[in-house]
Amino acid sequence: MQLRVRALETVLTEKGYVEPAALDAIVDTYQTKVGPRNGARVVARAWVDPAFKQALIDNATEAVNTLGHVSRTGDHLIAVENTPERHNMVVCTLCSCYPWEMLGLPPVWYKSAPYRSRAVKDPRGVLAEFGITLPADTEIRVWDSTAETRFLVLPMRPAGTDGWSEERLADLVTRDSMIGTGLALRPEEANK
Amino acid sequence: MNGVHDMGGMDGFGPVEAEPNEPVFHQPWEGRVMAMVRAIGANGGMNIDMQRFSREALPPVDYLASSYYRKWFLAFEHSLIERGLAGTDEIDAGHSLRQSPPLQRGLFTRADVARIETRGSFARPAATPAAFKIGDKVRAKNINPATHTRLPRYVRGHSGIIERINGCHVFPDSNAHGLGENPQWLYTVVFDGRELWGDDGDPNLKVSVDAFEPYLELA
Repeated sequence: MQLRVRALETVLTEKGYVEPAALDAIVDTYQTKVGPRNGARVVARAWVDPAFKQALIDNATEAVNTLGHVSRTGDHLIAVENTPERHNMVVCTLCSCYPWEMLGLPPVWYKSAPYRSRAVKDPRGVLAEFGITLPADTEIRVWDSTAETRFLVLPMRPAGTDGWSEERLADLVTRDSMIGTGLALRPEEANK
Repeated sequence: MNGVHDMGGMDGFGPVEAEPNEPVFHQPWEGRVMAMVRAIGANGGMNIDMQRFSREALPPVDYLASSYYRKWFLAFEHSLIERGLAGTDEIDAGHSLRQSPPLQRGLFTRADVARIETRGSFARPAATPAAFKIGDKVRAKNINPATHTRLPRYVRGHSGIIERINGCHVFPDSNAHGLGENPQWLYTVVFDGRELWGDDGDPNLKVSVDAFEPYLELA
């Protein structure tokens, strides 16, 4: 694959379609700049600031773009809040739609046939494979990303974090907790 | 199209296996493929819906047996050849052998990178008022186009409730085939788990899809 891809890149460069340095910059963006820390900062702010949380639920794109310390996000971002009564989980059954600007590029499992096929039919079984068991009476709400809307799960704030700073809280917000296949870390898990 | 990409509800693929400390790319070529697709797409080679359709249209055996970025590569190569932007002989040779039409927006340079770091908007002005309102009971139509669609099979023929109206958006079913953006109202429609999966389904499951107005009818 490496050779074939390099051959194609040479062809596209010679034809005047792409500059290799531009490709380097795109790769670098996703390798080093954009990742789940963006989403974690948004969640941590929502945990400490009820007005921001409401703004996020009303219009997530606008709310995120009011934060100076998180890079801008494109349109159609929707934040969905976990509660004791309802757990949200995000999938793209048709391809791999994912909130890149909030979480970076999706992990392989998110794009895999097992996840895409089962998330909408047997989400509790999928959650069990991630080590999560929810009470049977907790509603599971699966959001299938079939259009250009993108979903960010707002996990529940763990107990025992009163008075924590936003930065410290952000350390508890895992990528999977913002997809809905995980929960935010408990304080004792974060220190491991 | 009713392809293997439409995986919701299928059985037999086994457990979900997460890789601890997964790298962003497993091989350097994966990053190059992602970057080339984004760059050529952004400068007018093929829009996002065309890209998705090209992956769906891969032979099912290739689709299922290929890694994610191999699928991207195979579909990209096919799309470039189909549009006359590159030839098989050129990719085999590793060099351009002839002139090809320029991209609509020309060479993708370093200065263009910032433009693709924030997603564009897919919302468009509405030509007509929305046909449905929040709370309406609707049925996903039983449509089976051989062309691109974003209505998954597992909801077709089933009834759900309009929960959100997301505005009027570019219609992938048209845009994937060069038929224009043809904007349509986009709704979040929520279905009960048992409506989709029958009496054995999880009683506390709800599943939503984002569905364009032409996919829906009042139930």
